[in-house]
Amino acid sequence: MGKTLFAKVWDSHAVRTLGNGQTQFLIDTHLVHEVTSPQAFGMLRDLGLKVAYPHRTFATVDHIVPTDVQTEPFADPLAAEMIKALRQNAEEFGVTYFDLSSGKQGIVHVVGPEQGITQPGTTIACGDSHTATHGAFGAIAFGIGTTQVRDVLATQTMALSPMKVRRINVNGKLRAGVYAKDVILHIIRLLGANGGIGFAYEYGGNIFDEMTMEERMTVCNMSIEGGARCGYVNPDEKTFEYLKGRNYSPKGAEWDAAVAQWRAVASDADAVYDDVIEIKAEDIPPTVTWGVSPDQAIAVTENVPAPEDAKTDAQRTSITEALTYMKLPAGKPIKGTKVDVAFIGSCTNGRLSDFREVAKFIKGKKVSPSVKAIAVPGSQIVDVLARQEGLDKVFTEAGFEWRGAGCSMCLAMNPDKLIGDQLCASSSNRNFKGRQGSPTGRTVLMSPVMVAAAAIEGTVADAREVFGL
Amino acid sequence: MALAKITQISGTAVHVPGNDIDTDRIIPARFMKCVTFDGLGEFAFYDVRKNEDGTDRAHPLNDPRFKGASVLISDNNFGCGSSREHAPQALYRFGFRAVIAESFAEIFFGNCTTLGIPCVTASATDIKALSAAIEADPKLEVNIDVSALTVTFGANSFKVGLPKSAHEALTTGHWDAIGELLEGKDAVAEKMKALGWAA
Repeated sequence: MGKTLFAKVWDSHAVRTLGNGQTQFLIDTHLVHEVTSPQAFGMLRDLGLKVAYPHRTFATVDHIVPTDVQTEPFADPLAAEMIKALRQNAEEFGVTYFDLSSGKQGIVHVVGPEQGITQPGTTIACGDSHTATHGAFGAIAFGIGTTQVRDVLATQTMALSPMKVRRINVNGKLRAGVYAKDVILHIIRLLGANGGIGFAYEYGGNIFDEMTMEERMTVCNMSIEGGARCGYVNPDEKTFEYLKGRNYSPKGAEWDAAVAQWRAVASDADAVYDDVIEIKAEDIPPTVTWGVSPDQAIAVTENVPAPEDAKTDAQRTSITEALTYMKLPAGKPIKGTKVDVAFIGSCTNGRLSDFREVAKFIKGKKVSPSVKAIAVPGSQIVDVLARQEGLDKVFTEAGFEWRGAGCSMCLAMNPDKLIGDQLCASSSNRNFKGRQGSPTGRTVLMSPVMVAAAAIEGTVADAREVFGL
Repeated sequence: MALAKITQISGTAVHVPGNDIDTDRIIPARFMKCVTFDGLGEFAFYDVRKNEDGTDRAHPLNDPRFKGASVLISDNNFGCGSSREHAPQALYRFGFRAVIAESFAEIFFGNCTTLGIPCVTASATDIKALSAAIEADPKLEVNIDVSALTVTFGANSFKVGLPKSAHEALTTGHWDAIGELLEGKDAVAEKMKALGWAA
């Protein structure tokens, strides 16, 4: 009987069984950012502990970095204190830190793959729920809390219970104007925001085989929005091609050995899964969210639900609550909803290919004067590469602001925030109440090309119509 | 590391209704600009408890009848979204010592367990009955027997769920794993070597 990648990685990283029955699980790579780590380093100090394997910890600064003026000191003293704390902790505990001056800084989930730190068959933890992103490389990668950050720093392990594995097959042919973002939003819509609890998601089928590494990252990134702590795609030639020659990728003879090992870690053809879901690629529309949970999603051509459509009382309450917060009329088209802000960026969609794809369509077009539109590269390297291709000019000529690298408006721990009840067409990952920085701010999640269409029209729009796709 | 055995949680309770209550709602991101968890309690559920001018909004946690509650009750998929431990830290500092819900998001559940906060699951029917009882009598004492996995209030009681590993960790006082993880040092060193991560 064959094994899944998850089972193989679990077996190779289980150190021993703990008293409560959990497994002491080895973490190959620990990624650290400024928001969830200072308390963990503080706990180490209190306990008189060191970082056990400092060469396996990599830190960068992303959440609190302003994306307009990135020179220090930051205007916000709290942000200044946090970057100072991370710099000091990295220095004191001897961990690698990609600082603002390094040219390698960026969103931790963009930086890891870019540097070749993210590798197939490895385990990756980070105090950030979007760590699932690294699953695109066939890594088992998941978010942890700060006390567990302490555990991983101090021991390179954590207490973990095994997960079940759900294979999600998407086969067929995607329709024009349908992107990786639509695929994952559609999956979450079908399976629910809590559908993945207890599962690792394995994404398979020709659609994921054909995706680029960056598209696979978009999908794996949002596993957590579907309730799955991690999600992955089996490594293949594209994975190896992407990693070849990167800073932390193996070199020379070690490269060949690594590739052989990475090939072997992929799920066996006869692997047994706890659950299998089949989705037809043709059924996936350009998808947008209408509510305050990522599973409250519809095709851009659909009407938002009405409370009377609900099948249960709980559903009726959820719909009513979401419509009230979103200030959307029940049962009316989402298309045409006025948009105030357009955001392209984040660990979901802030990579070079996202900006390239949008640039193809916005040349010669103008952002609606009523919309504030920002494009935020996910890392300093994405920024440099995009500039080399002149993408920044395409965006600024169309009326976008081109910013410096950071998490920006995905979670508004920096100056990029919604004001009042502004509605944001956003390429990020969460439409929770208040997520984008204003307690009454509204988020509509969609693909970057759909964000561009919304920016140009000034309303939620069907990119296929706006750009003639 | 010997920690308190968490076998019983008793106190008054408050129901914050809703499915998919995410950790951004439990603690908005702007309050995470801090290098310690101290002082997070007052910001628990801030944006749904407060108006933008800082005055109170209608919310169960602002209701004087439920002041001082140590048991938080909610519905499905409680604690979803961001992995921020700031969420359970804020709830703890607000005064909560246990959560009862239909289901929990995994990272939130793990964070709570590591802090010694039991998160037990109950059926929608039981949660409804409990919340009706505390609505009728906000001073009603609710007891969570973590060992026996029952919740008792007045003359009523129901069974609750808790994964075996969390049950074991909480009731034996091993909910913070650091001591045991450190004891595995040599086995970890061997594994690191086997995986090719020797420094």
